[in-house]
Amino acid sequence: MSKYTEDNLREELKTKEYEYGFYTDIESETFAKGLNEDVVRAISKKKNEPQWMTDWRLEAFRVWKKMEEPDWANVKYPKPNFQEIAYYSAPKKKPKLNSLDEVDPDLLDTFKKLGISLDEQKRLANVAVDIVMDSVSVATTFKKTLGEKGIIFMPISEAIQEHPELVKKYLGTVVPTSDNFYAALNSAVFSDGSFCYIPKGVRCPMELSTYFRINEGGTGQFERTLVVADKGSYVSYLEGCTAPQRDENQLHAAVVELIAMDDAEIKYSTVQNWFPGDANGKGGVFNFVTKRGLCETNAKISWTQVETGSAVTWKYPSCILKGNNSVGEFYSIAVTNHYQQADTGTKMIHLGKNTRSTIISKGISAGKSQNSYRGLVQVNARAENARNFSQCDSLLMGNECGAHTFPYIEAKNKTAQIEHEATTSKIGEDQLFYCNQRGIDTEKAIALIVNGFSKEVLNKLPMEFAVEAQKLLEISLEGSVG
Amino acid sequence: MELKDKIVESYVAFENGINVNTAIHDIRSEALQNFEKLGFPTKKLEEWKYTSLNAVLKNDFSIFPNKENSIEFADVKKYFIHDIDTYKVVFIDGKYSSFLSDTTHDGKDVCLMSSALSKSKYKAVIENYFNKIAKQDNLTSLNTAFANEGAYIYIPKNVEVEKPIQIINFTTGNDVATMIQPRNLIVVEENAHVQIIERHQSLTENAVLTNVVTEIYAARNANVDFYKIQNDKDNASLVDNTYIEQKTNSEVSVHTFSFGGNITRNNLNFYQRGEHINSILKGITIIEGKQHVDHHTLVHHIEPNCESHQDYKGIFDERSTGVFNGKVIVEKEAQKTNAYQQNNNVLVSDKSTINAKPQLEIFADDVKCSHGCTIGQLDSDALFYMQQRGIPKKEGKALLMYAFANTVLESVKIPEVKSRITKLIATKLAVNIGFDL
Repeated sequence: MSKYTEDNLREELKTKEYEYGFYTDIESETFAKGLNEDVVRAISKKKNEPQWMTDWRLEAFRVWKKMEEPDWANVKYPKPNFQEIAYYSAPKKKPKLNSLDEVDPDLLDTFKKLGISLDEQKRLANVAVDIVMDSVSVATTFKKTLGEKGIIFMPISEAIQEHPELVKKYLGTVVPTSDNFYAALNSAVFSDGSFCYIPKGVRCPMELSTYFRINEGGTGQFERTLVVADKGSYVSYLEGCTAPQRDENQLHAAVVELIAMDDAEIKYSTVQNWFPGDANGKGGVFNFVTKRGLCETNAKISWTQVETGSAVTWKYPSCILKGNNSVGEFYSIAVTNHYQQADTGTKMIHLGKNTRSTIISKGISAGKSQNSYRGLVQVNARAENARNFSQCDSLLMGNECGAHTFPYIEAKNKTAQIEHEATTSKIGEDQLFYCNQRGIDTEKAIALIVNGFSKEVLNKLPMEFAVEAQKLLEISLEGSVG
Repeated sequence: MELKDKIVESYVAFENGINVNTAIHDIRSEALQNFEKLGFPTKKLEEWKYTSLNAVLKNDFSIFPNKENSIEFADVKKYFIHDIDTYKVVFIDGKYSSFLSDTTHDGKDVCLMSSALSKSKYKAVIENYFNKIAKQDNLTSLNTAFANEGAYIYIPKNVEVEKPIQIINFTTGNDVATMIQPRNLIVVEENAHVQIIERHQSLTENAVLTNVVTEIYAARNANVDFYKIQNDKDNASLVDNTYIEQKTNSEVSVHTFSFGGNITRNNLNFYQRGEHINSILKGITIIEGKQHVDHHTLVHHIEPNCESHQDYKGIFDERSTGVFNGKVIVEKEAQKTNAYQQNNNVLVSDKSTINAKPQLEIFADDVKCSHGCTIGQLDSDALFYMQQRGIPKKEGKALLMYAFANTVLESVKIPEVKSRITKLIATKLAVNIGFDL
């Protein structure tokens, strides 16, 4: 018999551990509040992740520990106590309801206004559905179609198991673990998210959305999304939902990474409607998101977002235009009402030659809310013929709210052409009067004007989404007429 | 020794030379403490993100030049607007030069800060206005701590000053690097009208750092027209802190022409305390070499029905750097505000850089606020068109640049200043286009 070496021992220990089902052991365990290396390890174990993933998380955690929570954003909120948060909890079991009659009538009312189908309403409100729900079968067919094209679309935890080579290669390449405080935290403790890979030259035949991913048990607190579009491919990805989402987790820190390789195009649309707190500013979700995309030669990334929710939003979907002729776009509508605060915008980093970027940002503030646009357009010395156009429009309703613009423009190349425009306006009394004269009541008239104001961005959303988003704007501004 | 420590230690020596038994001196001591706490600005401060004083602060500045320096008028005549009659308040190394100056007490006061601080007849004005609107930030505090000399201008009610006033600071320190801190106070009462031209000029090859603070108060219906000509040598750095408070119906315009100097930082702050106020901020920046010009403007709209107009043009060649940070704040009471901000830049060289941050903070809903910012090049089609018609490339370019800067130039109200600036631009662009704009 050969010598018993250290390697053998290690091997044995590994198997043994598995034998005794350490994995299942954790299952029954409820994670105590607080965060330390053991918790990070345990999350990783829980997900049955390979060693490299555990190490990656630990490294992120160590970096995070050294970082300070940023406070430069134009938002005010009580700083979360990171030791008071439970970083892993088993999927929540919501009480199953027997019929729609048991659902909160307010919620149903909103669904109705959004025009959500009855089945869908049931699914969202967690009502047991006795007939086979359409969307499930639809989802299955969709999965099949995607599979035929070689498109990988699955929860990132599954992707770590099934496609470790892809995840390992791309995870953290656009948003490094040490990028910022919340990105580091997310890297250390993320529970799940989506992974999407579009192979070379494939045009994804449908809008990919978390909505159709059947095994998705609601979005997590620390969500991680990675979308890789290989050479010449195209994908349109939808995130979020127009239906109001109530969540007990106060803090949400997601990371989204997009990689568009040569000639690829990614269109990423978000509709965010987290619980914004009540009319007095109590409660509500803190949404601190890091979103960034990398464009190789001739690639294009387009961010479209409609933000109506969250008590505090801190979010800057960005494009690194690394390859020559790459294009970055950012279309955003941010609506704040009551005591909501939003500090959002984008960064366009021009590195390659002939790169182009467009920024259209529409901010609507009502009530006592604060809405800030913060953007960076950076043209580096080698980015010949870079072109940028930015437009930030703000609409104010009442004089209790605020609109702020913080655009940073840095040009190091003489061939750069950069334009920035910003305007602030209010809904004209004559506009309202005109509508009133024609029998449109004030609330409807405001919705009409707001829709006109946001048209440029709404047009960029996929069709079905746009219709819902339009209604969402209406609802978000309800009661803001002074 | 670090410059900061040196400055703080020299305060005792400074106190020996002045009357310390005044209310003003308490303000000075407080300001010194404030500066001691804050120190010099670093790039970590958002306000100083794009401008570093580190290299300048390495010089071993002499804080009080002891020697009385005299200069001949013929040698410095070119730095004056000499083709018209003006009042002049001239300083050499921070000390008043009676020989070069032309002051007055005839119906108005155009004189010295040092005498205003010490004579009782100015006491009421000093107590009402001195250091009332200057920010408590690091460099303004530093200036306040050592505030003793500068121009003191008081224009009483209904007086229209018949000729412009020039404030000129020369630095001659031929042996050592010199730091000077002039402090100007300008009070313009109701219905009064004044035009002022300010210039800082170094006559030495040694490093110069000027940290100047100017407070301007414009009462009801007052009209102030202020021109800053910055065309210093490459050894001279300037931090210009200007604070302006306006009352109802007043109009104040500040034109800043930055053509030279090592590092030039302009902090221009407008506070509108009244209705129907108009504030005008304009500037032309044309620099090359390793020069750095930073314009930080603030217009604070506090009350309703006011206006502000900002227009800054920049042309940057070689390795020069430009910064524009324009901030407009509209308070919620300031309904019906019209605030315009325009910043256009041309990068001529591959090595030049521009960092712009046109910032708006708006709390009122019934306002018209807009800002525009562009970075680009001269129109090559237009240039080609001129070349086709026999205008050489260099002259063609210059013509385009003139046209580019002309929106600022056309609102200059003193013809001699306008022609001087036109000439300076022509020299800057090394052309002679043979006409006046």
